[in-house]
Amino acid sequence: MKKVIMGNHALSYGAMLSRVQVISAYPITPQTQVVELLSEMCASKVLDAQFIKVESEHSAMAALIGASLAGARTFTATSAQGLALMHELLHWASGARLPIVMGNINRAMAPGWSIWSDQNDSLSQRDTGWMQFYCANNQEVLDSVIQAYKLAERFFIPAMIILDAFSLSHTYEVVDIPDQALVDAYLPPFKPAFRLTPDEPHAFGGLTSPDHYFELRYKLQKAMEKVPEAVEETGREYEKLFGRYLGAVEAHCLDDAEIILVTSGTAGSTARVAVDQLREKGLAVGNLRIRLFRPFPFDLVRRLLGRAKKVAVVDRNISYGHHGIFYQEIKSALYGFSSIPIFGFIAGLGGRDITPETFAEIIDYTLNHDVPEAEIVWIGVKK
Amino acid sequence: MKKPRTMKLSLPLEEYMNPGHLACQGCGATLAMRYVLKALGQKTVLCIPACCWSVIDGPFPYSCLDVPIFHCAFETAAASASGVKAGLEMVGDKETTVVAWAGDGGTFDIGLQALSGTAERNDNIIYVCYDNEAYMNTGIQRSSATPYGAWTTTTPVKHFKDQPKKDIISIMVAHRIPYIATASVAYPEDLYRKMKKAKEIKGTRFFHIFAPCPSGWKSRPEDTIKLARLAVQTCYFPLYEVEWGEKYTLNIKLKEKKPVVEYLRLQGRFSHLTEKEINLIQAEVDRKWERLLRLCGQAEERPAQQK
Repeated sequence: MKKVIMGNHALSYGAMLSRVQVISAYPITPQTQVVELLSEMCASKVLDAQFIKVESEHSAMAALIGASLAGARTFTATSAQGLALMHELLHWASGARLPIVMGNINRAMAPGWSIWSDQNDSLSQRDTGWMQFYCANNQEVLDSVIQAYKLAERFFIPAMIILDAFSLSHTYEVVDIPDQALVDAYLPPFKPAFRLTPDEPHAFGGLTSPDHYFELRYKLQKAMEKVPEAVEETGREYEKLFGRYLGAVEAHCLDDAEIILVTSGTAGSTARVAVDQLREKGLAVGNLRIRLFRPFPFDLVRRLLGRAKKVAVVDRNISYGHHGIFYQEIKSALYGFSSIPIFGFIAGLGGRDITPETFAEIIDYTLNHDVPEAEIVWIGVKK
Repeated sequence: MKKPRTMKLSLPLEEYMNPGHLACQGCGATLAMRYVLKALGQKTVLCIPACCWSVIDGPFPYSCLDVPIFHCAFETAAASASGVKAGLEMVGDKETTVVAWAGDGGTFDIGLQALSGTAERNDNIIYVCYDNEAYMNTGIQRSSATPYGAWTTTTPVKHFKDQPKKDIISIMVAHRIPYIATASVAYPEDLYRKMKKAKEIKGTRFFHIFAPCPSGWKSRPEDTIKLARLAVQTCYFPLYEVEWGEKYTLNIKLKEKKPVVEYLRLQGRFSHLTEKEINLIQAEVDRKWERLLRLCGQAEERPAQQK
């Protein structure tokens, strides 16, 4: 059934179709519609789930960790400060190997207070052991939730579905809401082999000596390494049932591209428009939108970027004292595989618009420089 | 031949705690767990945040308990228990008693927000705070449960704790949850009876169990029960229950109220206190005891007024 819905509601429908059993959340702008709709769904029994209305994001994640350990499928959504407050428990969820799925609306971190989009909130959680999917449209948001459970429950790794504040969270688009029966066929109920139950008493997460801890983390990494290939696999399986394919990356006009933009989130769909416009002017440009950021799809990125003459990475985020974070990651992925110049641009912090003109400026700079003149090329900073 | 007499047991024989735990000698918290599990039985799940009990249970892959344990983050005992209860119910287990089992630091300080959230929602769990009156697992640092006058490593003798212990029961009473009880390892039958009662009540139930700590209190391990009993007999830690934030019932009535100095003098952590300071403590104990008696008295009068 096709419906015109906002990005936030795409998260709610994704959770509903995945038949989540325990939801626990705390309100934060611009996430609120996600949990408002889920509250309605629980109240009207459209969704058979318990919704724990907690007093903080910290408790939201704590409650989900408990519920997931008890064997339930769990969901929450948050943003920015809320995600930062959860930080300790993000490590806990992945360390405990619990397949929790969470929506995060990318919002700039305070101060000053900002409710507009940038990626520093989710990228600050890069090393917590969560899968991260950056979405470009509302259909992708909904589909990603369902696919995330499939992957999370296969590898026992939690997953974060990330969408830009307002330009996705509050933007209405036509979304195909799949039949429940089809989703059920794709995503069977969650049945973990080990869970918290008096029928089989175990102690979970107790004191772990240096004799054991190391291997537990090794296993988490080994599981992570299998995800990029599995994303393609589950993507194809999804395509068979639902007619839509989503992979770890989205490649647009890469075959003959001399300059390839690397983007993520809604900037990625704007970049696609910009690429089409620039191609009309005869420029051989392309766009590689990174959807799966953690684990990082090394093979795909190396294969797809290797043929370009220059790469222009666009970050709506920054690691202070270093570079844009996607820029770091792309350089790290290509190191030893390619010696093409890689440019690092930062644009759109705190929700400043990223438009096709932004990309035209970025392409113009990249065309006219052999190598970047600075560690960071800032786009649109008022001086 | 004379008919042999049989031993009369005041607690069940069943044990859910095994030898091999890692507690210090004379640990009150360990006894508290043993008695609580006797009352709750096998169909119990524990959520244990950072506290002595996160170590006492034993390191991975061992556990000294016959019930499952979720070792959770420090400030999350209550929220974790709320989540576990919801999760168990959603997978079809509506029977199991879910217990948050935290120390005083995890309850009075870092876990208070989550506890308040769980209590306000009246989530169907039992929260047990075993109170040894400081951060003992990290090496005796003061918490807001540390009493006035006590030495700890962060309240050295020259600057001993000069604030009173936080009144956690009043905080919980303000949430108007169905059941609150104080309990002591020196009165296991009373503890057992109240825990059995709590098990049958639905909603958030809160237990405050007084658990002496020889290592932190600088007392003799063999004095643990004596100290816990003196705390009750001096009215330093009275045993009572509060239902729905209104009905107070005194559980252990005293024939004679002992002076608090008898309790204080058995502990190195109070050895620096002068007569003046001890008199201050006695006055505070008297004031709180009078208040408690008034509250218990009011509770008895109330039904009559309602008619």
